[in-house]
Amino acid sequence: MEKEKELLRLLEKNGRMPAEKIGRLLEMDRQAVEEMLADLEKRNVILGYSAVVDWTKADVPEGVTAMIDVKVQPKRGTGFDETAERIYRFKEVKALYLMSGTYDLSVVIEGATMTEVGQFVSEKLSTLDSVLSTTTHFQLKRYKHDGVVFGDKEDDHRMVVSP
Amino acid sequence: MTDHTQYLSDAVTRIRPSGIRKFFDLASSMDNIISLGVGEPDYTTPWNIREASISSLERGFTSYTANAGLPELREEIARYLTEQFQTSYSPEDEVIVTSGASEAIDLAMRATVNPGDEVLVVEPSFVSYAPLVSLIGGVPVPVPTSIENGFKVTPEAIQDRISDRTKAILLCFPNNPTGTVMTSDELESVAAIVKQHDLLVFSDEIYAEMTYDAPHVSVPALQGMRDRTVLISGFSKAFAMTGWRLGYVAAPEPLASGMLKIHQYAMMCASTMAQYGAIEALQNGREEMLEMVESYRQRRNFFVGALKDIGLDCHTPGGAFYAFPSIRSTGLTSEQFAEKLLFAQRVAVVPGNVFGEGGEGHVRCSYAASLSQLEQAVDRMDRFIRSL
Repeated sequence: MEKEKELLRLLEKNGRMPAEKIGRLLEMDRQAVEEMLADLEKRNVILGYSAVVDWTKADVPEGVTAMIDVKVQPKRGTGFDETAERIYRFKEVKALYLMSGTYDLSVVIEGATMTEVGQFVSEKLSTLDSVLSTTTHFQLKRYKHDGVVFGDKEDDHRMVVSP
Repeated sequence: MTDHTQYLSDAVTRIRPSGIRKFFDLASSMDNIISLGVGEPDYTTPWNIREASISSLERGFTSYTANAGLPELREEIARYLTEQFQTSYSPEDEVIVTSGASEAIDLAMRATVNPGDEVLVVEPSFVSYAPLVSLIGGVPVPVPTSIENGFKVTPEAIQDRISDRTKAILLCFPNNPTGTVMTSDELESVAAIVKQHDLLVFSDEIYAEMTYDAPHVSVPALQGMRDRTVLISGFSKAFAMTGWRLGYVAAPEPLASGMLKIHQYAMMCASTMAQYGAIEALQNGREEMLEMVESYRQRRNFFVGALKDIGLDCHTPGGAFYAFPSIRSTGLTSEQFAEKLLFAQRVAVVPGNVFGEGGEGHVRCSYAASLSQLEQAVDRMDRFIRSL
């Protein structure tokens, strides 16, 4: 279990780390690492491998991200789940969370333009039967995402040789 | 022209400059090197600790503290030592907060060693031990260890060097530069000799949190050893706080009281803002510290395996963040190896002989570097060895 936890932490920091290197770090052979990975994927512990991208530095048109607070009328028997499922199936929805507090669902939308996001909210999200209201917040700047700080890393200020 | 050297004391004239300094000058004059020569974590101090220190400044805590350190910090240190290492000290009169563990070592020696007294120093050892003994007129007596027994000190080696002038023995486990740790049984057998000859122990346990295969055994926690041990530690390594210069010493009250006299005249107190950071480190820093230790252990596994793959005999260090491979197979001295490697492949390692004679034939490589740097360093070392 301990090795499994360590492997997951390593992959969370660097999803591209090859099995051989993971093996070296965790004192396991490559095959054992691959078997552990296969098992974790089968059990849906690892759901995918992705990169954290700073799109502002990539040479591509920048999209917009919005976080939308949604108030929902829960349904008998399924609560919020049925509405949540109808929402997360839209490809524009990047994340969806059930929240406590003044609203029920937090929806993260990515679109090419503000107009596109606006259309999604007004035409698809707001029109769902159980959606009572929406409040849209556009993201202005990313400072930190998924534990990764955007921008320049802290330099290594250490001397070249020290006691 | 005045010859200023005439004013230097005999003690200062006698000691040699640190071999590390010489190598630092050499490595610093070059560009684009991968450094495995660094004796400190490659992490910046965790943010909550930095923030606590900033907050102390904002609140205006900029004056002296008690000589022995903030009472709250001493209490935290005593609690920490009890919980982590099963050693118990009174925060009021047995703990002193110092300017780094380096000052703590100096205090321990100055408070106890008379001119002519011999202090056994287990080698290879941290560069400052023997010179600090010499500076106060003591005589450092090296107790050698070797790669054959994993750089563990044996009771026989100690016994052989005890004389009627022997006052104390200085131990450092996990060790800088070898990364060696001692088991409880091994330390017990050393303790038996220490008790038999009524010696004092200076136990430098600055790397105590960084043990990878078994928990650290603290010398004062051994049966009958608390009363004859001066425990030295600090925040530099475990909490990545090297530049804060904050350490501590814990010892029975009469010894602590003697050390406090020197500390109050020489240093007054440790830096106040650093002490506030240290309180935060002890109260809320353990989780991040454990993450750092886990990462060092993984890098240890990677790096030591890689050194063996390129043909360098290396014992598996059980703690700290140093590998101390033998370079005897190359036919070079440790200084030649380090210098040639630096010039040929731009990898900085520290020649083993700067840590005492027992270090000859080895180099110290710190694996507190990023994984990609370690990979590149090993590739370059491999090319270097093949080119010989």
